[in-house]
Amino acid sequence: MKAVITVLGCDRIGIIASITGILAKTNVNILDISQTIMQNIFSMIMLVDLSGMNCEFSKLSELLTKVGEELGVEVRLQREEIFTRMHRI
Amino acid sequence: MFNGNEILETIYMISQENLDIRTITMGISLRDCASDSARTSCRKIYDKISRYAQNLVKTGEDIERDFGIPIINKRISVTPVALVAESSDADNYAVFAKAMDDAAKNVGVNFIGGFSALVHKGYTKGDALLIKAIPEALSTTERVCSSVNLATTKTGINMDAVKEMGLVIKECAERTRDRGAVACSKLVVFANAAEDNPFMAGAFHGVGEPECVINVGVSGPGVVASALKNLKGADLGTVAETIKKTAFKITRMGQLVAQEASSRLKVPFGIVDLSLAPTPAIGDSVAHILEAMGLERCGAHGTTAALALLNDAVKKGGVMASSYVGGLSGAFIPVSEDAGMIDAAICGALSIEKLEAMTCVCSVGLDMIAVPGDTPASTLSAIIADEAAIGVVNNKTTAVRIIPVPGMKEGDVVEYGGLFGRAPIMRVNPFSAEEFIQRGGRIPAPLQSLRN
Repeated sequence: MKAVITVLGCDRIGIIASITGILAKTNVNILDISQTIMQNIFSMIMLVDLSGMNCEFSKLSELLTKVGEELGVEVRLQREEIFTRMHRI
Repeated sequence: MFNGNEILETIYMISQENLDIRTITMGISLRDCASDSARTSCRKIYDKISRYAQNLVKTGEDIERDFGIPIINKRISVTPVALVAESSDADNYAVFAKAMDDAAKNVGVNFIGGFSALVHKGYTKGDALLIKAIPEALSTTERVCSSVNLATTKTGINMDAVKEMGLVIKECAERTRDRGAVACSKLVVFANAAEDNPFMAGAFHGVGEPECVINVGVSGPGVVASALKNLKGADLGTVAETIKKTAFKITRMGQLVAQEASSRLKVPFGIVDLSLAPTPAIGDSVAHILEAMGLERCGAHGTTAALALLNDAVKKGGVMASSYVGGLSGAFIPVSEDAGMIDAAICGALSIEKLEAMTCVCSVGLDMIAVPGDTPASTLSAIIADEAAIGVVNNKTTAVRIIPVPGMKEGDVVEYGGLFGRAPIMRVNPFSAEEFIQRGGRIPAPLQSLRN
């Protein structure tokens, strides 16, 4: 199962380190990653593979939301299908 | 492989433009719950609903979390209760509403629809008892919704039922006068009712439906309105094209959620209902879409044309996005549940007469309209008859959900809060239809050719 992690908010040091730290601990593999800064808004999109994940989806979602709150950015974990279904026939 | 802009577009639609799945509704057949004892029948109803829907709310919440899309309501529709209750010894069907309400509370859904009767050609014994019990049922339960279908294109309009429903609505209002006549907001009178509609208050599980089914209603007026805001000055062909594309994207979400819910609950997928359902939240209004097309206020001349374009484009975009489309599928125009409609009614741009014209080209009918408490029952019946005539002649579903608020007069505002919103009391034509309504009988089915 694949999922997309998005991070939106103000840029600061350590965002990617904190997120990837959680992914390493939960055994989630990063397949693709991109980031841009538009009008001072930092956005990072990460495609991840959850097949080897060592915790529940809800637990990972909770950990990411929590680290987002600490960093002052919005972090979302969503199954990949919501994006592919909406934009691909 | 993935495109960042598309991902951000989806997230923006959900977080800023109120894109959501409005409802996952589980349809449950109660046809095997009939019994000659009302007590046994009620127990069977309670047990069956509790058993089938025990995981509905949790599954909805799981899907919401996994995909990051809000699912606002989880609901249940059941077989029209008149069909189930009819073989019992009960002479007051309010006990059946109580059983439905208890089951809804047990499984945690906020509404259950199907305290209904289909009387478009006439009443059976059970239909008559059910309609008689509606005021008590809706005023003593919290989550039960009721509907009555009193006309179809094939049978015409049952004017005896039209006459009675005016009185039923008045009694519902009277019994809940201390709560702004809230019972009326849970009662819909239909022509050509849809058997697979997932939206309340008019949802019921039709007789041609399977044992259990999942129907999904999508929403997203805010997404359409904001797409149109970027099209200032573009011609209406471009407007229609943009609405179609947006409706496609919205409906794909509905299809995904419906399939996911169906496979997790192991219940067949029925339909996706392509409706644009507004809420009182700012940025979630159908009226604002019409205004984004260039009308100063919803209700101005031109509104019917704009709504026709919107409704048609939503369907054209949505149909390809889903494998099965059904229900009501169109733009809803409930006054109290739409911030733009409320403003338009308060400033005098929108009248009941204009709303009636609008229902000729969209789903569903005169919806959540508050009128003065002293409106006679015969006038309410006449409003129902007009709306039924539009549905019957034009081969479409129409409905009336009207609230004569006791003690209130034109210009007052009744507050419901939550999804029901707030309703300005609208002007009703003061001239009487009493004699017309008192005639009763049936209006014959209309001719289907020579259509002009």
